Amino acid sequence: MSTIFGIPTPALYGQILIGLINGSFYAMLSLGLAVIFGLLRVINFTHGAQYMLGAFAAYLLLTYAGISYWPSLVLAPLLVGAVAIVIERFMLRRLYGLDPLYGLLLTFGLALIFEGAFRHWFGAAGKPYAPPAQLTGALNLGFMFMPIYRGWVVAASLFVCLGTWLLIEKTRLGAYLRAATENATLVQAFGVNVPLLLTLTYGLGAALAALAGVLAAPIYQVSPLMGSNLIIVVFAVVVVGGMGSILGAIVTGYVLGVLEGLTKVFYPEASSIVIFVIMAIVLLVRPAGLFGREE
Amino acid sequence: MSNAPLLEVRGLNAWYGESHVLHGVDLDIREGETVTLLGRNGAGKTTTLRAIMGILRRREGVIRLRDKDLLALPLHKVAQAGIGYVPEERGIFASLTVAENLTLPPNVSDGGMSIDEIYTLFPNLHERRSSQGTKLSGGEQQMLAIARILRTGAKIILLDEPTEGLAPVIVQRIGDVLIALKERGMTILLVEQNFRFARKVADRFYLMEDGRMVNSFPGHELDARMDELHEVLGV
Ligand SMILES: Nc1ncnc2c1ncn2[C@@H]1O[C@H](COP(=O)(O)OP(=O)(O)OP(=O)(O)O)[C@@H](O)[C@H]1O
Ligand SMILES: [Mg+2]
Repeated sequence: MSTIFGIPTPALYGQILIGLINGSFYAMLSLGLAVIFGLLRVINFTHGAQYMLGAFAAYLLLTYAGISYWPSLVLAPLLVGAVAIVIERFMLRRLYGLDPLYGLLLTFGLALIFEGAFRHWFGAAGKPYAPPAQLTGALNLGFMFMPIYRGWVVAASLFVCLGTWLLIEKTRLGAYLRAATENATLVQAFGVNVPLLLTLTYGLGAALAALAGVLAAPIYQVSPLMGSNLIIVVFAVVVVGGMGSILGAIVTGYVLGVLEGLTKVFYPEASSIVIFVIMAIVLLVRPAGLFGREE
Repeated sequence: MSNAPLLEVRGLNAWYGESHVLHGVDLDIREGETVTLLGRNGAGKTTTLRAIMGILRRREGVIRLRDKDLLALPLHKVAQAGIGYVPEERGIFASLTVAENLTLPPNVSDGGMSIDEIYTLFPNLHERRSSQGTKLSGGEQQMLAIARILRTGAKIILLDEPTEGLAPVIVQRIGDVLIALKERGMTILLVEQNFRFARKVADRFYLMEDGRMVNSFPGHELDARMDELHEVLGV
């Protein structure tokens, strides 16, 4: 059997793939957080719960309405986005212009409520969610076997990240968003309905989290706390990438996912902390993050 | 030119938090007129423009555009009613290209300049259309800040010290642009410290001191009033 640095190559490739999968979720989630933070200046602690709600929406749609994976991929983000819009309009909006701590406390409280309610209704145990029939099985890549569903998740997340990036960088709506991130008052003084833009942005960020949740359901199982475990790492990714930097969130998400996977191979004891160690170093050397603009 | 004012401000008071900055400001601008607001630093000129736009929210009094009460409108509806704003700090966006900055403000009515007309008027902006907005020189940024409002079809533009800190050739260019706009019938409220510049374009002057309008006179009286102005403006 071939080896690299004494590690059997299949194990190495396997961990890189797992790292890519995790990185896909880091990227999608930190992207939403970065967009929301950039425009609303809200650190959205509900993001993990919105990811969980996406997975649960898919699970509940399947269990109680017989709606399968593919429609859920669209329906779950729409549902969670709609809930987020209600949250923004009736709660978050009142906190703009106050100390950011209030937004943080509100979104943290909401996360606890969502997670508590779902644990109360469905228990803490994970619920299996089968991948769609078209995506079961594995593909022989020559150097390893790749489960097709995992390959799909990596491809779908790349597609989603690229699409979101194009939306922000290349469209008129994206230009409003970038400009309002710099100076919301002036953009509104030009006649753009900025309050509506804030609502849509929060809805879009939450919908992205929910989409990640649906993609995750067949891999990690569906459970009320699936988001709270993940979100801490995602915050570290956002900090490393640079708060509010779109490209930073995407690139850092994938890179840190793969680094974490490699650590599992070469020094497993450190694998659960490597991202936080990197975060600490980045904060010391470049407090604005790797892609952030130094103020 | 009709005689009813296009923009009418009556007894305008405005506050930054607790600090009371405007004290009963009155101001009229008729359609097609260019009116210049003079006053020394801190007199409240910028605050007057910000209060009219609705950027400064704590206001009392009357602000009407034709028959529309602007005081009641949310910020984004003021621009939609037909007012364009060119802020003192210019407000060019760093994360947008020159072309994106130019097309950012939504159209508020038909009859704005087309992109082609704007690029003919400001050839520099065309040359640098794919550069980052803030990479332009100060003068080019000022041109961009004016140009993006001309596109929108605003009926009246509020211009806050467009010549501040710019080289004489650029000031000359901006003067030519304002004269061209006047000829097209644009209504302009200009804040300006540069007399020589203002006299070329202004139909009427208002003089502000400590948040109050203290005088108003037609453009041709500027020379006769120089001594009085020097006293109030301390120049
Ligand atoms: N953001 C603010 N918060 C509190 N007070 C302010 C603020 N901006 C301006 N002021 C105060 O309001 C008064 C009027 O300021 P304003 O900027 O309107 O003056 P100006 O006539 O435009 O002066 P300049 O010629 O320097 O631009 C000044 O006393 C100023 O200190
Ligand atoms: Mg000023």
